[in-house]
Amino acid sequence: MTFDVDKIRGQFPILNETIGKYPLVYLDNGATTQKPQVVIDAITTYYTSQNSNIHRGVHTLSQNATSAYEGARELIQKHINAEKSYECIFTKGTTDGINLVAHSIGKSIKKGDEIIISTLEHHSNIVPWQFLVKEKGAVLKIIPMNHEGELDMDVYDSLLTNKTKIVSVTQVSNALGTINPIKEMISKAHEVGALFLVDAAQSLQHFSVDVQSLDCDFMVFSGHKIFAPTGIGVLYGKESILNELPPYQGGGDMIKTVTFEETTYNELPHKFEAGTPNIVGGIGLGAAIKWLSELNLKEVQKYEDEVLSYATSEILKIEGVTLYGKAKEKSGVLSFLVDGLHPYDVGTLLNQQGVAVRTGHHCTQPIMDYYKIPGTIRASFSLYNTKADVDAFIKALNRAVNMLK
Amino acid sequence: MNLAEKEIEIIEDFAIYDDWMEKYEYIIELGKDLPKISDEFKVKENIIVGCQSQVWLHAEKVDGLIKYTADADAIIAKGIISLLIQVLSNETAETIIDAQLDFIKEIGLQEHLSPTRSNGLVAMVKKMKIYALALKNK
Repeated sequence: MTFDVDKIRGQFPILNETIGKYPLVYLDNGATTQKPQVVIDAITTYYTSQNSNIHRGVHTLSQNATSAYEGARELIQKHINAEKSYECIFTKGTTDGINLVAHSIGKSIKKGDEIIISTLEHHSNIVPWQFLVKEKGAVLKIIPMNHEGELDMDVYDSLLTNKTKIVSVTQVSNALGTINPIKEMISKAHEVGALFLVDAAQSLQHFSVDVQSLDCDFMVFSGHKIFAPTGIGVLYGKESILNELPPYQGGGDMIKTVTFEETTYNELPHKFEAGTPNIVGGIGLGAAIKWLSELNLKEVQKYEDEVLSYATSEILKIEGVTLYGKAKEKSGVLSFLVDGLHPYDVGTLLNQQGVAVRTGHHCTQPIMDYYKIPGTIRASFSLYNTKADVDAFIKALNRAVNMLK
Repeated sequence: MNLAEKEIEIIEDFAIYDDWMEKYEYIIELGKDLPKISDEFKVKENIIVGCQSQVWLHAEKVDGLIKYTADADAIIAKGIISLLIQVLSNETAETIIDAQLDFIKEIGLQEHLSPTRSNGLVAMVKKMKIYALALKNK
């Protein structure tokens, strides 16, 4: 089965939008992805004929909504190959998931306990751990990167000690596209008895992630980055570990019994899902996962590599372009600057020609500090982007550069 | 020319361009006319923090009127600031504080005033008004 990109594009209505008189060329998939019609339909269907609060009612609507929501959880379980569906906790997104883990693990963190992250991390995988440094006296250690944007594995080895409680690292860098050797890193962390959290926010739209094969203790991702609605995500955690963790938020649904003297907590997954969740988000995520799992992801990856390769070779033909992020293993992202030009100017002129990219620090200020730059221009590709999109982008970029120089 | 007349003049200047490219070329040119802030004022306190383009602003009161100088590290930001200073400089504090600045929308540059973090310009306009307020009774 070869990858038919036109067929895929036909399923995304927003790709027909125009910006002024220019067709939209959407290259900001690292920030958020567009939604296929089946996901949009699932949302509309939910509010038209299924809407009801879940887990609570005896009436039909409530039971149908609950089935749809829990059905989504099972689709997710299969997609990431989790052993149990209740190991998949619905969250508001990646940031929420990381905060949940940091907060709950934080309860048992003592002064001097060590946490390892890397220079490549998004602020969402830095700040929650910094809270623990401040509040508990934990020590934060950072795996350095090299000029290509690859993590230094030798230094990683030396950072791991018997005081390391958790390692939290991104699988794919949102700013540089670097794919980290996560499986190997997890195995090393386990040797010293540390837990490992994989930030998979940028992974699942490009390739499949098998949590059992990776043997990660936690994995987080966001719905809106894999063709699903905003406001929903998943925290995967190994059952034994989640059972040991104290709850994050208190409220309805995460309880078994409540009295003013004592309250007992519910089992997984509900222990970590307080209050009425983003039901339509969960159902939308299920629809997106179903849609994605029907594609041949190996073909998708091969196609995306071709598009990225083409974009890389084309952009290097432009004088004055510096590429950031040249790891041997890369995914979906082209980060660059043009000598002497401010990214804001280039981004603005690209937008005038219908090309949507992102400019700035991409919530990865440590990476920008490493290169001593204010930010980059980032074009991030997904499975509905084409070589024609690359051509339009390069044409628009050339025009912008000529105007600004 | 009063403030309203200055705005109209700018709107008329821009009306001759219907092509976005010519409009932006003009803005880029305007950036070169920006009354440059002197280096002594390019200090931390005068930085307007937008996510991307760094903008420095300085204000002084001369003969009862507020005068602005500024700089930015992005050319387009420089051009738009130049327009803002063209309109707001040499006015009284009260006029500046009350200014609506509709001309930005009229010339089709409202996206530069959208409240995204990438915009130093929203913060810029605010700061120009705050400086005016601070200098009002001096």
